[in-house]
Amino acid sequence: MDAIQQAVGDPLFYGVVSPALKILVLLFLGVLPLITYLVLAERKILGYMQARVGPNRVGPWGILQPIADVMKLLVKGDNIPNQAVKWAFILAPCLVVAPAFIIFAVIPIGPPAGELGPLDWFVTDVNAGILFVIAMATIGVYGLIIGGWSSNNKFSLMGGLRSAAQMISYEVPQGLSLVAPLILYGTMSLVGMVQAQAAMSWQVRLITLVPMVISFFIYLVAGVAESNRNPFDLPEAESELVAGFHTEYSGMRFALFFLGEYANMIVISAVATTVFLGGWLPPVAALGFIPGPIWFALKVFVFLFAYIWFRGTFPRYRFDQLMDLGWKWLIPLALGNLALTAVIKLWLLYR
Amino acid sequence: MNELNQSPFADVDPATEMSDSLFARGEEMELNFGPQHPSTHGVLRLKLRVDGERITDCYPIIGYLHRGTEKLFELHPFFQNVPHTDRMDYVAAATNNLAYVGAVEKLVGLVIPPRARYIRTILCELQRISSHLLWLATHAIDIGAMTPFFYTFRERELILDLFEQFCGARLTLNCMRPGGLPHDLPVGWTDKCREFIGLFPAACDEYEGLLTHNRIWKKRTVGIGVLPPDVAVDYGITGPMLRGSGIQWDLRKAMPYEAYGEVEFEVPIGQNGDTYDRYLVRMEEMRQANRIIAQCLDKLPEGPILAKRPRVMKAAKDAEVYYGIESPKGEIGFYIVGDGTPNPYRCHVRPPSFVNLQSLPELTKGYLLADLVALIGTTDIVLGEVDR
Repeated sequence: MDAIQQAVGDPLFYGVVSPALKILVLLFLGVLPLITYLVLAERKILGYMQARVGPNRVGPWGILQPIADVMKLLVKGDNIPNQAVKWAFILAPCLVVAPAFIIFAVIPIGPPAGELGPLDWFVTDVNAGILFVIAMATIGVYGLIIGGWSSNNKFSLMGGLRSAAQMISYEVPQGLSLVAPLILYGTMSLVGMVQAQAAMSWQVRLITLVPMVISFFIYLVAGVAESNRNPFDLPEAESELVAGFHTEYSGMRFALFFLGEYANMIVISAVATTVFLGGWLPPVAALGFIPGPIWFALKVFVFLFAYIWFRGTFPRYRFDQLMDLGWKWLIPLALGNLALTAVIKLWLLYR
Repeated sequence: MNELNQSPFADVDPATEMSDSLFARGEEMELNFGPQHPSTHGVLRLKLRVDGERITDCYPIIGYLHRGTEKLFELHPFFQNVPHTDRMDYVAAATNNLAYVGAVEKLVGLVIPPRARYIRTILCELQRISSHLLWLATHAIDIGAMTPFFYTFRERELILDLFEQFCGARLTLNCMRPGGLPHDLPVGWTDKCREFIGLFPAACDEYEGLLTHNRIWKKRTVGIGVLPPDVAVDYGITGPMLRGSGIQWDLRKAMPYEAYGEVEFEVPIGQNGDTYDRYLVRMEEMRQANRIIAQCLDKLPEGPILAKRPRVMKAAKDAEVYYGIESPKGEIGFYIVGDGTPNPYRCHVRPPSFVNLQSLPELTKGYLLADLVALIGTTDIVLGEVDR
């Protein structure tokens, strides 16, 4: 036991070995299997919503389907069109996937060291964590634009343009909706935000309920738009643009776009969980015997289910209507909400 | 490739076009839409001119499914031509059959026994529901709503099962003969049919629950592709497209055929002539079709199902006839000229899809690319019928 304590206290272990191990575990045991099984879950849930059963041939209840899919994508021919701009065509999928994965480094799936085991339940706690998340999420749009443009296909180009306009427009309300909780919690660190939520009294919770709920819904809508999911899946609108920006992609490069989309869904769910729903905290103290990471996962799954539910329910917005919704409704609402939060914070909480 | 490079917009003066669009509105792009595109409902090809997302010009190119059906009619005796009609509007074979056999009956002068008339009416109305269900499925999926597709196919499957029990085929029915029907209803068929009409209104409510009051659905359809009534009449548009524009014209009411004169039903019409009105009209038509089937089943008379007819049907020399009925898509008519032999001398089809497709350039002008797929859906075309 002493040896473990000593090892944990060692700066080499704490600074280098532990984050590296955590990244490996998080990526290969956490995010990647989650994404592959999220695809299966989506197909199953959509299946049951749509009066059919979904995949059920590979393994019992189709649980080996994701493995079969990944194998298929890995061995499929990787085609680069002759007319494509080769370097950009290769770069684009990486630009989508990498930032989405990097964000997981700052997301706390459990409490810091000491509360639950000797290690932190996150890779690192950046003091500007929420800014890091927004900055990284912004890089993803380059992958879509470059992919759409470099394919040298008119439909891909339109998909790329749509994604550029859409993601830039929706980053504004998304960012603004995160500023309101930031004002309230007084910290930008994601771990700090969860701890601030734990420290809030019920009176404060009641007073800030309205602006927080508004903020939450703006974030949710903007998040769905940001991850290009139905009803905001215009960049890849199948019935209009064939497959949008990834029309020309095949094999593993296509799979990377796919991974990026699902990783983004999880990231947005995880950030919403952390900022608005108390991260790893149990909803009531009496349920505290269930460990934090399980609560975190449950909350994230609720969001992911909502994503799939939206897809089963809504038609797709039109491009200009999407812009209207973003600029004429969400941004003014987010700004007003920001002012309201600031007023509450200054007049009610500091008095 | 050569054809692609040749602009179909040759009538546009390049000089004014330059000053008008290139600088004022941005550079226009020519976009080839189809024939291999997920939402062209078959092999429709559109040459588009787009300014960003906005469509400035649309030029439909058809003929990818041309099979020379009208010529084929001339090569076979009257009674052998029914299967060809199945393959024109292949999602509504029964109404095609009826239009053709109706024309032949008029040409030869046959009187159809009442039981056959009623069964034909039931088949046509079942076909109307199944065709509208397919339209709803594809229209919704074009606009991005995925789930109605599966719900409608659930009920369409029941209709296809009924067809299968009656004539052995599910799509290409070949279920009518000049003079009546090939055979009577199988035992227990009416009960299964009653079961279907019992559950269908609830299913209809389910589709409408997903779409009718959905804000996004309304945003995508209300005020999109407005077809003014006078323009609709000028183009010769028929069917739900015409009624969506507010014109009360349905051949089932205007010139009743088969048993339509003896049943009660309403013809729904729209007010604004937009995509949403056409959606509502078709939804209501499905409910009315259900009503017609119920009445026909109640009144279904006993008796023979085939008229007394000559062994070899021959038309008089120079006899010509036009017979049109209300198919799910509009007026389908057959114009047949006889020359005294058992074969038609000439058989021309008036396909509703072909006529309704003409309105597409008018409908799409100025709308966005996303509206284009909604408008292709709302015209409800079947390319087998357009190209023949």
